[in-house]
Amino acid sequence: MSAWKKHQIFEKNSLILIIGIVIMISIGGLVEIVPLYYLKSTIEKTEGMRPYTPLELVGRNIYVREGCYACHSQQIRPMRDELERYGSYSLAAESMYDRPFQWGSKRTGPDLARVGGKYSDEWQRDHLINPRSVSPTSVMPGYPFLMDARLSAIEIENHLKVNALYGVPYSEEQIASAKVDLLAQAEPDSDAAEAFEERYPGVLIRDFDGNEKEVTEMDALVAYLQMLGTLVDFSLYDEKANLR
Amino acid sequence: MAEHKKEIDQVTGVETTGHEWDGLKELNHPLPKWWLYMFYGSIVWAVIYWILMPSWPLVNGYTKGLLDYSQRAVATRNFDVAVAERAETGKMLLEASLEEIQNTPELLEFAMTQGKVAFGDNCAACHGVGATGFEGYPNLQDDSWIWGGDLETLATTIAYGVRADNDETRYAEMPAFGRDELLEKEQIVQVANYVGSLADIPTQDGVDLEAGKVVYEENCVVCHMDNGKGDMETGTPNLTAPNYLYDRSVEGIMAQVNTPRHGVMPAWIERLGETTVKSLAVYVHSRGGGQ
Repeated sequence: MSAWKKHQIFEKNSLILIIGIVIMISIGGLVEIVPLYYLKSTIEKTEGMRPYTPLELVGRNIYVREGCYACHSQQIRPMRDELERYGSYSLAAESMYDRPFQWGSKRTGPDLARVGGKYSDEWQRDHLINPRSVSPTSVMPGYPFLMDARLSAIEIENHLKVNALYGVPYSEEQIASAKVDLLAQAEPDSDAAEAFEERYPGVLIRDFDGNEKEVTEMDALVAYLQMLGTLVDFSLYDEKANLR
Repeated sequence: MAEHKKEIDQVTGVETTGHEWDGLKELNHPLPKWWLYMFYGSIVWAVIYWILMPSWPLVNGYTKGLLDYSQRAVATRNFDVAVAERAETGKMLLEASLEEIQNTPELLEFAMTQGKVAFGDNCAACHGVGATGFEGYPNLQDDSWIWGGDLETLATTIAYGVRADNDETRYAEMPAFGRDELLEKEQIVQVANYVGSLADIPTQDGVDLEAGKVVYEENCVVCHMDNGKGDMETGTPNLTAPNYLYDRSVEGIMAQVNTPRHGVMPAWIERLGETTVKSLAVYVHSRGGGQ
């Protein structure tokens, strides 16, 4: 009996054929995906990565909620023209606390992986309220309602807890004080800001939305945008050890 | 391949596969040869690719391939080559003065090309593609400068920014005369109208301009000077300029005296490097307002 005859069992029984397909695809998937979990070379060794602050995390959630990823990627590819325009290519380590990650190849707007610090808070605000006010040909929608939406601290503790479950290294203290920290980052003159700075050294603490009276969703989103791509200290990064 | 006798279908004249379902027989239409050989070829190519390129995951790493290819290394090399190509002219640019750049076609062309590209990528977001600015973001085409429009000053402003997150940034801050209750509401109205009269802005009726002048002399003159022309040394805007950074009306002046807005320009030296900053200075200088 030839191999051909043996194969007939798959061709004549759809259930066996399906099981066969599932097994073959699983092998392909396992070989491609599983090694990424155990190979040490997957995530580069870097200095400077830290979990998002509560305000940045909320800003990130707004970014996802508003679908910013539909037009903006956060992934600078290793190609000369991208390095020229955006800076160092994105590292896997830079999105290790991202759930979900914001990589992508669809760019209606520019890549945002290293937009942190590139423009002033005022510009980010003006541009989010009405993109045409500073970029006349922009097709981006305006998000003026972010200025009116006061941040609610009710859920923030749970957001940190869920991230911690996934392995993001939030300390007990950081989770316990999440509610206070959420507002403290946008209130630089408050007492809470000092304690916040001790828990998250080196982060930006300022009134991001230009409205000192309230902490709004605009504060959160601008705080998030202003730290994008700024964490890894590239002066300490060993590029040669991380060539792929 | 199948073990059956050759059988020709009588209606179509095509050979059958020998498979039969309830009396129906399948005609044998094999894949075209060109397709089949391409398929075999791609399998062979896959094996060659495994050998040459990084491919198979192992326990502690992965097969690196004979070519030792790395996309990151290639990108970095291409980038470095481009940087090195520019470095030669760039070095001459760094050492040259403005006059030398303007009189050396090679340097001028280099600076203008590099400046234009960098401006589009980095500066146009705030200052506009044509460098004409927006409300709150200075126009770089006109003759009014806040910190100065000569090449040296432009390069410094671009490198370290204004009120930026940089130790050497330019810094100027106007007190919030209204919000912090340094002036009475009436005094603000008076001084705003007085400043308006200096700048040929239509003033409000029935306001005591003389009183406004007194308020001006007691509070504003230190920075904005007695003729209202400001001082670029300290980054104090010229109040008599034909265009303002913010609303050019008496109401706009009142708002600014009450709670001044302080725009921020980022420091670019770390992001762009010295050569690009100088090219940008030359480019901006050439936009029409250069001093």
